[in-house]
Amino acid sequence: MNMNELFSEAQAISSPQLRDDIVQQLYSRSRELCDVGVSYTKTKADTRTEKLDAIFTSKIWGFPIMLIMLGVVFYLTIAGANIPSSMLAEFFGWLEGYITSVFQFLHAPDWLHGILVLGLYRGSTWVISVMLPPMAIFFPTFALLENYGYLPRVAFNMDRLFKFVGAHGKQSLTMAMGFGCNAAAVMSSRIIESPRERMLAILTNNFVPCNGRWGILIVLASLFMAANFTGGFKLLVTTGVIVGIVLFGIVVTFFVSWALSKTLLKGVPTHYTLELPPYRRPKFFDTVIRSSLTKSWTVLVRAVKVAAPAAILTWVLANIHIGDTSILLHMVEFLDPFGKMLGLDGYIMLAFILGLPANEIVLPILLMGYLSTGSLTEVDSLVDLKQIFLDHGWTWVTALNVMLFSLLHYPCGTTLVNIYKETKSKKWTFLAFLIPTVLAIVVPFIVYQTAKLLGWV
Amino acid sequence: MNNSYRIALAGNPNTGKSTLFNAFTGLRQHTGNWAGKTVSLAEGTVRHKEKNYQIVDLPGTYSLFSNSVDEEVARNYIVFEKPDITLVVLDATSLERNLNLALQVLEMTKNVIVCINLIDEAEKKGIKINERILTRKLGVPVIKISARNKIGFPMLLDTIDRLVSGKIECNPVQTTYNEEIEEKITTIESKISNLVGNTISSRWLALRLLDGDKALLTEFNRRLVLNDQVRREA
Repeated sequence: MNMNELFSEAQAISSPQLRDDIVQQLYSRSRELCDVGVSYTKTKADTRTEKLDAIFTSKIWGFPIMLIMLGVVFYLTIAGANIPSSMLAEFFGWLEGYITSVFQFLHAPDWLHGILVLGLYRGSTWVISVMLPPMAIFFPTFALLENYGYLPRVAFNMDRLFKFVGAHGKQSLTMAMGFGCNAAAVMSSRIIESPRERMLAILTNNFVPCNGRWGILIVLASLFMAANFTGGFKLLVTTGVIVGIVLFGIVVTFFVSWALSKTLLKGVPTHYTLELPPYRRPKFFDTVIRSSLTKSWTVLVRAVKVAAPAAILTWVLANIHIGDTSILLHMVEFLDPFGKMLGLDGYIMLAFILGLPANEIVLPILLMGYLSTGSLTEVDSLVDLKQIFLDHGWTWVTALNVMLFSLLHYPCGTTLVNIYKETKSKKWTFLAFLIPTVLAIVVPFIVYQTAKLLGWV
Repeated sequence: MNNSYRIALAGNPNTGKSTLFNAFTGLRQHTGNWAGKTVSLAEGTVRHKEKNYQIVDLPGTYSLFSNSVDEEVARNYIVFEKPDITLVVLDATSLERNLNLALQVLEMTKNVIVCINLIDEAEKKGIKINERILTRKLGVPVIKISARNKIGFPMLLDTIDRLVSGKIECNPVQTTYNEEIEEKITTIESKISNLVGNTISSRWLALRLLDGDKALLTEFNRRLVLNDQVRREA
């Protein structure tokens, strides 16, 4: 007799209410155990959590508070990251001078200096100076909110919206994970019981920007969107633009979830219980150290691991010539007409294609492409950076469309691999690639054509 | 030389399993105050009294009836990977709801330690827990700890040590169900134990089959095939 036969035999004698009886018995035994093993010395329950919940999850204040929290986190990140970022960039530039001297001293060939210093070194240090400071602020701030117990309240507030579009309320938790890393968030969708709603969460997770995309979003927002403002106001505008982009991503998440749940993934959202844990004061020091050092470090190591080979590849592509133009330029020219339709250009398209392994490297590759030498110039200040873009015909619409493309486009390689692992389906993995890609083409196209029609560009 | 043991951490979501895991292993597994943060298995090691322990942080679940992937992950680990000890972490401030999961674990495996976490928070709220009574009623050690503030760790480590070295023994008290269910269990339990021997608790398996747990059946057959392959290759 094998297990399948035993299963059928058990099913034959089982009854529909057996599960209920089992669960009920487990619960009543738990109650009996508590009756004898637990006693209460205070009769008055602690109402602090209830009082806070009345504010944080209130119908009136819930959403404004969420928006403010989001804004504050980004504001702190952007405001705090500026100075350390430029300090790091200066430091790496200063160090590069010495490294170059060593190469000259050793009479190293030019191509070696090109690959190692102008490609590898500049590529990776750029990623470090742009990404490390924002991450070191964003992660701890977010972790503090998380450990305090605010995230489940966000899920609670968003629940109705998700239900409305036919998705699961817990999708807001996986969405929140996505702000850190989409690849991790795809795995975290395991908390959603129903396969249908889990698939919705997986397919739409990409529409929240992960830390690999913060860099490009923050840089472009502060360079182009807040260009006419100065001082504190500039920071506010930049923050506003970032919050706007994030909100747009959330709107797209709702829209795509809704469209899918009406077509490919038809169904009614299942009920679930969401636990609202008590608010706990986070262990401040532990949380900050753990998330800023450990988490930033792991993310950074990953970024550099991908950035280093990508930087070398870009350098090689830009310096090997077929005919009288480099391979890089051939590719750019091929992609240019398509990019132009979206208000972008061939360099930008190529950067996003080469950036498939990790979103972190899109901006460095783009810069390397723009500079005729094929290596990243020392970008000591953001003003230098803006000049490079302006020299290649950028307007604020270009910047906006790059941000939109970055927000909406296909998930990075790691995320796609995770989607395949979680869904075990080539079809769904392909859809997870296709849906964002189509959106990333359509939305900038509409924006650019509208802007052209209205005579803005 | 066999002084290396595996310990699995099970429990409801957001009861501090990952905090306990970090405190034990010194690893920096990400923690957070929300249900469902850990979805995959995290592993780390701790050394105590010349013994090595491999700690596995299971996803937090409300039950082990394979309702979702994370419940399956946790259930499969406890039943098929057979850790030397399963530590069930409970939230002292909502013990009644949490015990439910502990009772399910007691049906699945023998060597269980029940850890009542967040004991400091519970005491602040005026909740007094008599762990001696619970130990007697459950048939396994019950220990009060606070993973955040590292309260109760010596006692916990000591109990782990005494359990793996055979100085104490667990005799998990099984939940008895109504007569009808008990009869059905008896009908198929002996057939099950003929098939699986004592590798898996036949009482628990009987309950799961009666409940119609298809995911478990699939997993069981999958592992059977894998085992056959290993045997054939050997």
